[in-house]
Amino acid sequence: MKITELFKQGEFVVSAEVGPPKGFHIEEMVESAKKYLSKVDAINVTDCQSSVMRIGSLAVCKTLKDAGLNPIFQLACRDRNRIALESDLLSAALFGIDNVLALTGDHTKLGDHPDAKPVFDLDSVSLLHTMCLLEQGKDLGGNDLVGEPPKFAKGAVVSPCSDSVDAQLMKMERKVAAGAEYFQTQAVFEPEKFIKFMEQAKQFGKPVMLGIIIPKSVGMCKFMNNNVAGISVPDSMLDELRADKEKTKAGVTGVEIAARIIRECRPYCQGVHIMSLGWEDKIPELLEKAEIR
Amino acid sequence: MLITELKSKDVIESLISGKSFIINCHGCMEVRFPEKEADALEKDLVQAGKVTGIVTTDYICNPDNLKLQLKNHAEEIDAADSILVFSCGVGVQTAADLYPDKPVYAACDTIRLPGYQGVTPLETDCGQCGTCYLNLTGGICPITACSKSLVNGQCGGAKNGMCEVDPEMECGWERIYRRLKALGRLDAMRCPTQLHNFATDEATRECKES
Ligand code: SF4
Ligand code: SF4
Repeated sequence: MKITELFKQGEFVVSAEVGPPKGFHIEEMVESAKKYLSKVDAINVTDCQSSVMRIGSLAVCKTLKDAGLNPIFQLACRDRNRIALESDLLSAALFGIDNVLALTGDHTKLGDHPDAKPVFDLDSVSLLHTMCLLEQGKDLGGNDLVGEPPKFAKGAVVSPCSDSVDAQLMKMERKVAAGAEYFQTQAVFEPEKFIKFMEQAKQFGKPVMLGIIIPKSVGMCKFMNNNVAGISVPDSMLDELRADKEKTKAGVTGVEIAARIIRECRPYCQGVHIMSLGWEDKIPELLEKAEIR
Repeated sequence: MLITELKSKDVIESLISGKSFIINCHGCMEVRFPEKEADALEKDLVQAGKVTGIVTTDYICNPDNLKLQLKNHAEEIDAADSILVFSCGVGVQTAADLYPDKPVYAACDTIRLPGYQGVTPLETDCGQCGTCYLNLTGGICPITACSKSLVNGQCGGAKNGMCEVDPEMECGWERIYRRLKALGRLDAMRCPTQLHNFATDEATRECKES
């Protein structure tokens, strides 16, 4: 089901994320999704996230759909040229997968195949443009598609706490112009920055889903501060995580922090996107604490 | 040998609102420059009263040389609203670096000819992509200044202004954003979605034979 329909109905939309494994045995992942993610509206399936080779996003999307869940097909431009991207979009349409999230993708050098050729024939913006063309029954080569054209709920990402937020807003504008219908954000740990960002971003009139990562440990936060673009976990939160080691280890502190961020930001956005990074089992509790479900 | 092809007359005319100062580079012997076509076009522009001055020189890719060549043209450059450069992508970028307050436009596309990498000095580089983007990017080459050669703005990977691939390298698109902002030309980023044409990366047979 198209996630855009839910925004139209005025719902506060919740999505979560699963990371496919390196291998084709996904039963456990599917079971965990069925168990913990039944209450979310949609589930992102990452596409060789961080340039680490894994089973394909599309195949996992199809499996989740068959299991009665609503997948969002993440599609990155790092590994495929325009022919393969268009072809995969048609394959998605065949499987009834109608939520697509357009990504440029991390560089190959950052992943576990640093010798691979980085493609970047298209990027997130031109991929959105391509989806619009397919929806009009045309491909990028100017040729007609056979039969009824596909229809997608076209998503994109934006980084609200980036150190160059003006440039991010400009890029967001380009994505909207190219056809983006909703946005998921990079993980937010600074609600003030997010709220300020939304003051600007609301001019585009597109739903924005607040990105959330449940902080697992001080080490993880420090790693993100040093290595992940657009994320900075404030010192006060690090102190919170330090205060009670057992509580943090059990995930209680992390869930409390994440729930607080959601509650603070909720009036300013249209949904929340939870990147649980293996902590799917904490999501039901998080949604409850955040007073969403 | 580097090959430059003139952009279409319509494109070039659409670039210059007001008056322009023209720089021609007949630089390295290795560069094929569409001299005749450029001459004819420049004559038309002069006749239309759109030119404050013309300088024809060589090796404008060397910033010191370019500075020297332009020394006696300060007034003409001041009077111009923009600078129009007929050269390979490196020359245009060098001029744009020299005049960060004035729009510097590329009148040519630079095409790759296998086997020759150009006389590429210093840190400025042209990937000879065949569809010069410099007019949309404030004279900073997105093909060589961005690790992914993106043509529609930055990826989400820059941290503290540095590229996700190489923390020693400034993110090319953040540089482009700053340059366009300083020039008051952020509207250039509101251009239609760009599709990198890889068919123009290779020199045409016609070009190779001439
Ligand atoms: S955009 Fe860059 S690579 Fe392409 S012609 Fe211009 S300077 Fe050269
Ligand atoms: S961080 Fe900047 S320079 Fe590096 S790949 Fe992304 S947009 Fe290009």
